[in-house]
Amino acid sequence: MYDAPSLEKTVDQKSTKIAAKDVQVYYGNTHAIKDVNVDLLDKTVTAFIGPSGCGKSTFLRCLNRMNDTIDVCRVEGDILLDGEDIYDKRVDPVQLRAKVGMVFQKPNPFPKSIYDNVAYGPRIHGLARNKAELDEIVEKSLRRGAIWDEVKDRLDAPGTGLSGGQQQRLCIARAVATEPEVLLMDEPCSALDPIATAQVEELIDELREQYSVVIVTHSMQQAARVSQKTAFFHLGNLVEYGDTTQIFTNPVDPRTESYITGRIG
Amino acid sequence: MTDFTSSPTGANGRRRGGSLLELDARTKRRNASEARFRLMGVIAVSIGVIALIGLLSSILMNGASSFRQTYITLNVFLDPAKLDKAGDGDLEKIAKVTTFGYAPLIQKAMEAAIKENGAAVDGLNAKKAAELISKEAPADLRRFVLANPDKIGETVEFSLLAAGRIDGYFKGRVTMESAQLDRNISPEQLMLADKLKQAGVLQIKFNWAFFTAPDASDTRPEAAGLGVAILGSIYMMLIVLCLSLPLGVAASIYLEEFAPQNRWTDLIEVNISNLAAVPSIVFGILGLAIFINIAGLPQSAPVVGGLVLTLMTLPTIIIATRAALKAVPPSIRDAALGIGASKMQSVFHHVLPLAMPGILTGTIIGLAQALGETAPLLLIGMVAFVREYPASPPEGFFDPASALPVQVYNWTTRGDPAFVERASGAIIVLLVFLVIMNIAAIMLRRRFERRW
Repeated sequence: MYDAPSLEKTVDQKSTKIAAKDVQVYYGNTHAIKDVNVDLLDKTVTAFIGPSGCGKSTFLRCLNRMNDTIDVCRVEGDILLDGEDIYDKRVDPVQLRAKVGMVFQKPNPFPKSIYDNVAYGPRIHGLARNKAELDEIVEKSLRRGAIWDEVKDRLDAPGTGLSGGQQQRLCIARAVATEPEVLLMDEPCSALDPIATAQVEELIDELREQYSVVIVTHSMQQAARVSQKTAFFHLGNLVEYGDTTQIFTNPVDPRTESYITGRIG
Repeated sequence: MTDFTSSPTGANGRRRGGSLLELDARTKRRNASEARFRLMGVIAVSIGVIALIGLLSSILMNGASSFRQTYITLNVFLDPAKLDKAGDGDLEKIAKVTTFGYAPLIQKAMEAAIKENGAAVDGLNAKKAAELISKEAPADLRRFVLANPDKIGETVEFSLLAAGRIDGYFKGRVTMESAQLDRNISPEQLMLADKLKQAGVLQIKFNWAFFTAPDASDTRPEAAGLGVAILGSIYMMLIVLCLSLPLGVAASIYLEEFAPQNRWTDLIEVNISNLAAVPSIVFGILGLAIFINIAGLPQSAPVVGGLVLTLMTLPTIIIATRAALKAVPPSIRDAALGIGASKMQSVFHHVLPLAMPGILTGTIIGLAQALGETAPLLLIGMVAFVREYPASPPEGFFDPASALPVQVYNWTTRGDPAFVERASGAIIVLLVFLVIMNIAAIMLRRRFERRW
């Protein structure tokens, strides 16, 4: 039914990168996320699936405190990154976001050159001491974003002039340029055609070697293809979390089964 | 309306199976109403265009002549017996000779010129003939002598202003018939002017003095210029730009990006919007009360005008800047925050450059508005008669000056019809400044937008 390469799905003992404990999120009076407990593993792709409005994007944005920009949003509970509470008063969200990078649903390159797009992060975080080092970081990131060969001759061209798929890979390159430890992806392929999607998925699989990747997706096929762990959200609850193979072939909760077989959602 | 409820052959409804080549009644009515609407639109646009053309052409027809001016070229003998009685070249003594001392020199030079060119007119004595020259001319002569005292005793060629009525004669404002009824000019004088023109003594030249000379008194419209007004307007615009752009942009960025969304912010927002609609004369009263009466700044000074106009321009700039900031897609902010930029970095590195074209346009529109503003300046005394040029900045900001729109207003209140021409000319200058500013706005916007 799904083209999940089930051989690879065995998750061995990997360390927990992010641990969420009793996380509640409120938008004003709306209780958007209820009692979410989840351990996200290092060097693993975790997929969040669920119907629209179930809170998976909201939860994802909690992981690098992007919800801070929304005034009415309130987060309770603990989210630990390598054992440190990211909502601790002493934590500066700017430092956190350098460690936990994010790729958005719509490709959003800066209206600057391709080079400047990738170099921006390293520049503001002071990762390069000189131009040569910066050049190196840019090339490495673009290679890791699987877009180097397409843009190496026109690094001065505007990033917004690329095609949708290229833009999204540029955004991924931009995110990895700051050398994060976790990469959050909010429906990164929803604006892309199947070919670009395939390229991005391939890229996600490669990124797994170095990062903990969390991907929100509406496509269950995509979740099955790229992830090793899957979390199913429904109406703000984390209904089920487990190995992707198990979720898709032998779900425990009846709601999960209804969703993946297309009866709800 | 679905096919289930409408009868298939309704009189007005869509006929089932009707030919596509015939228009049914309903379609005809729809098309007719669309045609009516388009016609009304065309009429509305035409009325606007006609009004604009009428306005511009009337200003141009009245004002274009103010860029030409009649001059009479005379060889004036700077008589040492009159100007430097002691003969020791002492500047202080020379300065004691008033303009009355210079008038006879001009009269003599005029007599000589008439004799030389055989332009004498019957019944016109030397004094009347000298009235062809502006009353401003002796003052010009005196200024020249005080600047060049070594020229005393020589004969120097001067291009002297012709009197306002003579100037008006060559611009069609004064005729032989009107001269008959005019106390200030006689037909004989006009005849003399004609003869002098033929002889080449009297010429019509481009009026540079209109842009450089200060204002002149009611009886000397020919000498009135915009120099002080242009300087005053430039000084005020400098002050407005230097104060309102940073203040306005900083306020907008804070309100738009950093301020918490609460009742206070809402209150401030509403007040800023309302401030933009406050009549400008109210700002004038405010300026009079606060800047002049309380702060004790001098009257008629560009600094006060600039401060008042800054207050007026701020809301415009804030509203335009906030709209420009709002128009920047939130995905750009997310992108910057997502790779660990601080709020300020995301604003200054990404949002502000993208909003720049909008901010600049808003600023220049605000400045243009301020440039044309008259009412508040009347209240702070900029309507005063100022003949002294303000000094160069920054001291000049505190010197009395005039402003372009106020100068227009000032001239239209004067009796001599020559001032109508001057006022229209000043409006043309003002319009040219506005056009230049708007072109600058467009060019700046293009420049910034070209960066994809």
